[in-house]
Amino acid sequence: MSENKKEMPQELKKRLRTAFNEEWRKELRKSLPAKERIKIPRQKMPERDAEERNKDFYEVNLGLEAKMAKAEAQRCLDCANPQCVTGCPVGIDIPTFIKLIEIGDFEQSVRMIKETNSLPAICGRVCPQETQCEVVCNLKKATGVPVAIGNLERFVADYERINGNVYIPPIPPATGKKVAIIGAGPAGLTVAGDLARKGHKVTIFEALHIAGGVLVYGIPEFRLPKKSLQAEVEYLERLGVELKTNFVVGKTATLKDLENEGYDAFFIGSGAGLPNFMRIPGENLIGVYSANEYLTRVNLMRAYEFPKYDTPVFLGKKAAVLGGGNVAMDSVRTAKRLGAEMAAIVYRRSSVEMPARAEEVHHAEEEGIEFLFLTTPIRYFGDEKGRVKAMECLRMELGEPDASGRRRPIPIKGSEFVMDADLVVVAIGNSPNPLIPQTTPQLKVGKWGNVEVDWDTMATSIKGVYAGGDIIRGGATVILAMGDARIAAASIDKYLSNKK
Amino acid sequence: MAKILQRKRLVPNIHLLEVHAPEVAQKCKPGQFVIIMPDERGERIPLTIGDWDEKKGSVTSVFLVVGTSTHKLSMLEAGDEVPVFVGPLGKPSEIEKYGTVLCAGGCFGIAAIYPIARALKEAGNKIITLLDVKANYLIYWEDKLKAVSDQFFISARDSYYDCKEYIPNTLEKIVKKEKKIDRVVSIGCTYLMYTCSEATKPYGIKTVVSLNPIMVDGTGMCGACRVTIDGKTKFACVDGPDFDGHLVDWDELFSRRKSYFEDEIQSLCYWEKETFP
Repeated sequence: MSENKKEMPQELKKRLRTAFNEEWRKELRKSLPAKERIKIPRQKMPERDAEERNKDFYEVNLGLEAKMAKAEAQRCLDCANPQCVTGCPVGIDIPTFIKLIEIGDFEQSVRMIKETNSLPAICGRVCPQETQCEVVCNLKKATGVPVAIGNLERFVADYERINGNVYIPPIPPATGKKVAIIGAGPAGLTVAGDLARKGHKVTIFEALHIAGGVLVYGIPEFRLPKKSLQAEVEYLERLGVELKTNFVVGKTATLKDLENEGYDAFFIGSGAGLPNFMRIPGENLIGVYSANEYLTRVNLMRAYEFPKYDTPVFLGKKAAVLGGGNVAMDSVRTAKRLGAEMAAIVYRRSSVEMPARAEEVHHAEEEGIEFLFLTTPIRYFGDEKGRVKAMECLRMELGEPDASGRRRPIPIKGSEFVMDADLVVVAIGNSPNPLIPQTTPQLKVGKWGNVEVDWDTMATSIKGVYAGGDIIRGGATVILAMGDARIAAASIDKYLSNKK
Repeated sequence: MAKILQRKRLVPNIHLLEVHAPEVAQKCKPGQFVIIMPDERGERIPLTIGDWDEKKGSVTSVFLVVGTSTHKLSMLEAGDEVPVFVGPLGKPSEIEKYGTVLCAGGCFGIAAIYPIARALKEAGNKIITLLDVKANYLIYWEDKLKAVSDQFFISARDSYYDCKEYIPNTLEKIVKKEKKIDRVVSIGCTYLMYTCSEATKPYGIKTVVSLNPIMVDGTGMCGACRVTIDGKTKFACVDGPDFDGHLVDWDELFSRRKSYFEDEIQSLCYWEKETFP
């Protein structure tokens, strides 16, 4: 499951070039020479003290202040050939939105972003910028420290929300075409925004009772406050998007049923709905959770406010979280916040192979999270009530690189040891949700149950049906889902304009 | 939001809930369930579908009042709304012509087994219905079930009915007397399904049970409802809820169902204090 690396589209290149040559940009570049700009230090994101924040669920990062944002924007060299844009899966015109911050036009800046990305408050918070836009930033090449693109994106998005002056772009006359979007996660919300702005009638079908998908059930409040997400969803509703929650496509209605109701095109963004387990003895003991369940209980169902909210969750004293991705970091930091004396990441490879965002790992370390690298559990032990109390682990060493390019972990013989754990969260990935493939026989799926698409258009094997996000990738990131979604939205728009 | 059309007490501690949910009603099949959340602060819980009316657009479930969620449900009135009512979820029960099928239900399972018995009857099976109640005044839907049954028995622990014993014993007597029973369907509390499965095991009669583990989303996303069937982990919400009772790891199910026992008591106390100060 991998997509081909794409060249920057000509249209985008041209747009960037035009913006670059505008008079105000030229003047702005002249106003402060590059050699002065590179001297400005990267503005540190204000964050709450680790010992304070690791006990509650309020957001860790406080956001840049306007003065800081302007200073950070000054660091951007406004390159003739902006590499950052090539690193962005949704192709945001990064230099323009940053330069608008520099001149203090925050409102215009966020409008600029929203032309290509309906969810800036989310992307600014959860995108792995250090491996996307910021890694290729020319300033990084020059000084080693890239422009804080993500922090700036978040700044303008929050600015707009806090000031309550959310801009609604003009919408062309209704095309009379109906689009059904399955899943209100990052992919579905993005497609909805793009297509609503083209004048299509968009309905999102969501299985849970709140829109957001992984943004609401998975990513915790301390990293993505629900009010930020809520604001983005409200924005879509103001664009005319209809949201139908408590509707499981594949159960409440099939794709075929919806087609019979007159929908002209479909986007499947139903996500990675099936948690993977390790299939080792004792995995069904009480207190062994999938990350999906653990995080859903805490985030969606608000178990951290139990008993005010009815859904409980185990408060482990010794929490072990298996995995090294963002979901593992979210889980382990949640366990710490819920009072775990010891909360540890147990990861079979070493620190350099961890797929989690650098900032999350850094925050986790600050909050007192322990890391057991090169370790994997092989079985669990329970008490007389069937509750997990310990796990037996094996030490690993790294061998040759595997298909993912990361060095393969190999068990060290005789290295077994037992560690106490009364809460275990398995965060080793998900498989695509099978509900739609099961009830849509013509839909072509791959070996892992992922919906197969043409990566250039995101078209599935059924005409008029497109897909993106974890249902085609199996378990990736919010921004990759949104990147798929942008391609799919463009394809759907094209498909609809050709359809009579 | 889904509107409550009717909520009434059928017998002490067991209530019926009829909800306006036309899309769900259109798709219901015997053996499926819905996930309901009684209010904004509530828990998402599964309820087996007892009946539905496509024309009216309604879905009916019967539940036993146990914890906070079911207490909350038991206080709903017609016209109230619930924030979550989603379904129909799970795989429908297998309905074929097997010959003679014995339907053994108890508690909320009396309602849950009704659409299955009805469908099996329509498929040409001979239906023997056996219901379990602690006492005669706890029986409900007797007429509905009689109407789809060729033979009808009640196993109760008081002297009102003939069979004064727990359901597996009565079940075994029927099995012995009938000689040829092709299939048993058993729905009720975990203990009832477990004992019914144990009772039929020596006779090698395929026994289908409808498992009721703790669930959260009900669409396969969380894995809370893991059960072990024939040594393999299955998700009751998408692989079930129906499984072969002879292959279920019952000990694990009993234990996992009690996962939050103490929390449930705490939650109920909190709710009572808040609701009846």
